Amino acid sequence: MKYKDYYAALGVAKDASAADIKKAYRKLAQKHHPDVSKEAGAEEKFKDIAEAYATLKVADKRAAYDRLGSHSPGQEFQPPPDWGGGQGGANFSFEDIDLSDLFAGLGGRAGGAREQGPRMAIPGEDYEVIAKIALQDAAQGTLVDLNLSIPEYDENGRLRRVPRTFKARIPAGATHGQRLRLRGKGGKGFNGGRDGDLFLNIELLPHALFRPAGHDLYIDLPLAPWEAALGATVAVPTLAGAVNLKIPPGTMAGQKLRLGKRGLPRAQGEPGDLYAIAQIVVPPSLGERERELFKELADISKFEPRSHFKTEVPDGS
Amino acid sequence: MEAESAESAWMNEHTELTLEELASLSGLSEEMLCELVDCGALAPANPGGMQWTFSARCVVTLRIAGRLRNDFELDANALALAMSLLERIHELESQLHAVRAQIPRRFA
Repeated sequence: MKYKDYYAALGVAKDASAADIKKAYRKLAQKHHPDVSKEAGAEEKFKDIAEAYATLKVADKRAAYDRLGSHSPGQEFQPPPDWGGGQGGANFSFEDIDLSDLFAGLGGRAGGAREQGPRMAIPGEDYEVIAKIALQDAAQGTLVDLNLSIPEYDENGRLRRVPRTFKARIPAGATHGQRLRLRGKGGKGFNGGRDGDLFLNIELLPHALFRPAGHDLYIDLPLAPWEAALGATVAVPTLAGAVNLKIPPGTMAGQKLRLGKRGLPRAQGEPGDLYAIAQIVVPPSLGERERELFKELADISKFEPRSHFKTEVPDGS
Repeated sequence: MEAESAESAWMNEHTELTLEELASLSGLSEEMLCELVDCGALAPANPGGMQWTFSARCVVTLRIAGRLRNDFELDANALALAMSLLERIHELESQLHAVRAQIPRRFA
């Protein structure tokens, strides 16, 4: 078992009062709570802070922690033989448990199900993990490999961290930000308590062409000036292969052309739509003849693309 | 490796949950959930029904609310306020996401 310095985690002295510990925790929690903070690594930081506070805020647990003595953070150590009053006994190994699991199993914390006696039904913990999947996989459904380190109770009611790997099926219909609940795939319950659930927080990996918004998809549609002016029929990629899209004459840059039901499928109901956003692009370099034709067009055209400037802005002359 | 056998459900408006299920999933007590309904922070799908049901969409916010309640020791009023702000952030983030999706990539 590795030693952790709970006082350093909260930035308080070893003889800090309970009120100071609470104050330090609240200040740090507001800064690093993963549901409040968007900074990178907030979750890990908050875990350390919360773990330290969970032990130091309860007088009995704080005293038990202090009895472990001082070690360097990260140093392997064993609690003294008489520590904890029967937590384990001679056959108990501290090697594969975490310091926080040791204190979670100690009495003294009000309201926690775990501390209410060995015969109480203890529900398994729920877990939330991020599942990053490709857009195509969200559309078709996919299997993902999940690796989790889950604390579980052994037959004696002690906590152990157990690495678990399993495959989970994400049914078709996912989109960014959705949650999928896998019943019973979280931490194991004990004494008849229900097994916890696993929540998958779906994140879609960036796609080279499509950008999702809910179940709708957006794609840039570059058009040559003459295609936009004269109209054209162009092949547009969709998740289910290319389709021909009719570009009406006089299509403007930024105009959205809707391809109904070509977006991401929904678990229930109609699929989203695909929107092609017209962009007018010019050849990066012009051939001699192209230049001549553009020049001719410039000479004969009466089109004034900025005519509205004149009515909105007073003439400077 | 375990074979996958989990029963899965999307936490969206098509899945309905009872008060008891919602309490179990959010880590908030049934009493606290009823207080949140009284505060207007949580709305049953069938306000006049004998047994309330809720859209599973609210599980996402309620699980965050459950964590905030535990980690900051919030009461029902503070939690209701936090939830309405969370909902607003969620809505604004969805709008931002949708607006960003419409910006041509070369200008993004």
